[in-house]
Amino acid sequence: MGRALGRLARRFFSYSVRIVTLLLAVSVISFALVTVSPIDPVQQYILGLGTAVSPEQRAEIEDYWGVDQPPAKRYLSWLGELLHGNLGQSALYRRPVADVIAERFVNSLALMLCAWVLAGVIGFALGCVMGVCHGRWPDRLLKGLCYLLSSVPTFWLGLVLLLVFAVALGWFPVGFSSPIGVRGEDVSLWQRLYHLALPALTLSLMSFASIALHTRQKLIGVLSSEYVLFARARGEGAWTILRRHGLRSILLPALTLQFASFAELFGGSVLAENVFSYPGLGSAVAAAGLNSDVPLLLGITLFSALFVCVGNLIANLLYGVVDPRIGTVEP
Amino acid sequence: MRRLNRRVRTILLAALLGALLAAFCAAALLIPESAAAPSLLDARKPPSWAHPFGTDALGRDLLVRVLKGMAVSLAVGAAASAVSAVIAVLVGVAAACGSRWVDGLVSWVIDLVMGVPHTVLIILISFALGRGLKGLLAGIAATHWCSLARLIRGEVMELRGRQYVAVSRHLGKSGGWILVHHLLPHLVPQFIVGLVLLFPHAILHEASVSFLGYGLPPEQPAIGIILSESMRYLSAGMWWPAVFPGATLVLVVLLVDRLGDSLKKILDPYSAQE
Repeated sequence: MGRALGRLARRFFSYSVRIVTLLLAVSVISFALVTVSPIDPVQQYILGLGTAVSPEQRAEIEDYWGVDQPPAKRYLSWLGELLHGNLGQSALYRRPVADVIAERFVNSLALMLCAWVLAGVIGFALGCVMGVCHGRWPDRLLKGLCYLLSSVPTFWLGLVLLLVFAVALGWFPVGFSSPIGVRGEDVSLWQRLYHLALPALTLSLMSFASIALHTRQKLIGVLSSEYVLFARARGEGAWTILRRHGLRSILLPALTLQFASFAELFGGSVLAENVFSYPGLGSAVAAAGLNSDVPLLLGITLFSALFVCVGNLIANLLYGVVDPRIGTVEP
Repeated sequence: MRRLNRRVRTILLAALLGALLAAFCAAALLIPESAAAPSLLDARKPPSWAHPFGTDALGRDLLVRVLKGMAVSLAVGAAASAVSAVIAVLVGVAAACGSRWVDGLVSWVIDLVMGVPHTVLIILISFALGRGLKGLLAGIAATHWCSLARLIRGEVMELRGRQYVAVSRHLGKSGGWILVHHLLPHLVPQFIVGLVLLFPHAILHEASVSFLGYGLPPEQPAIGIILSESMRYLSAGMWWPAVFPGATLVLVVLLVDRLGDSLKKILDPYSAQE
């Protein structure tokens, strides 16, 4: 037990080192990309102020942004501020980037968590159904559905759901995370969930196909094994076989896959949030790019990379726990 | 009715897809610009015989716009996935044949590209290149090569251990000769399948990023742009500008995806006779 824990700690440490180097590289590359952009952020910042700016004031702003300094020096000063927790000022929202990210991440997290759990549960259940009915009509039907859903763009699915459930039937609101005209602190949990339902459904429909097809493949493998044949010969029914032999060997790999899918989840949430005008990180990053809000764009890029890395870290650690053969090999 | 075997079904699928793509290209080249000219008298008409997909808020015929838009989207998707597949082969072969540090570097770069959500990375690259078509192409090409590169690296690694490669080396052939005559021909099926399967992802990302307002300029009739315009009229009950363009896109993506999957099964000797 002690040795296993030690191994886990060592793996955790080595992955953490990897994450730090990856995040540093992401910061260098994203900073370089923003630097080579022909779009002038100072001009955009001044446009965003909405007032006339005298040449002296402009010079002051350029001095503050360090326009005439070499990019490497600017990067180092940005990184230094970043390590002190200062991500700069968002030109779009007129607030510190860290505050914007913190506030919007709560919204995004609620959305992604709902979608993630929903996709995992539905996908796993449907995968089990497909595996058990392998080759018969429920399998074919559900497999067709999975293929169809993986060909549908997220934002179009969002549009169609919006058309059907919000415009035609009027069951759900058209957008935003809370009713219009209600103060932020007065919004009840029920109202938040009600506004969350359609975006979360869109996002989960997008991501359940991969988990369902993966579960199906694994379960077919398990069910064609000799120990399942023996169990069947002993007279175990389909449900008992699934419970005793199937679920145990496919549940944790499916969970690992779910944790490794954080990148697609975040990418999908960018689109879903834009369709439903949901105030999360995804709609903020699209707005930041369109309005040339460089500090916010950089901040969210780094944050999304961190989010994906944490997902991959959990997936890797889980993998070691689940499969002892991997744990014994040094990473 | 006897079920057709996979080979025949694949050929039928490819023929159907080819006819569709030819129709989009013909529409883009032959139908004059005037067919999609705005006319306010016809604005916001639901689907009818004169306008099978209806008209948009400016009275432009949506069927014409969708056909032209699909041609643009397909061209962008094809170009981006071709570039991406070539990058994947170069990187994969380099990782498998180069020294250990090249391999380590490649796997680190792949982790890096996979570590940022694709949509965010495409937004960033598009921003770096001043938005527009160039940024969109570069963004999609730069983000889609990773999984194919990993596959090709594994394939080359396995091929390099084969006896005939060892024999060839002992006969005094150079590394480059072995690469061209023994390794690359084996990669052709992987490359084709990888290319076909990259294509749907590339079109979907192109449409998504155009929808967000990056990528193609608003006057281009790309599918993403038609759909983002349709957002404004959704609550007024105009369903046709949202449903038809998206459904056309889904149809093409689904067909290409199924074609790639069938090709993969046919070209793999283990599943070819299933």
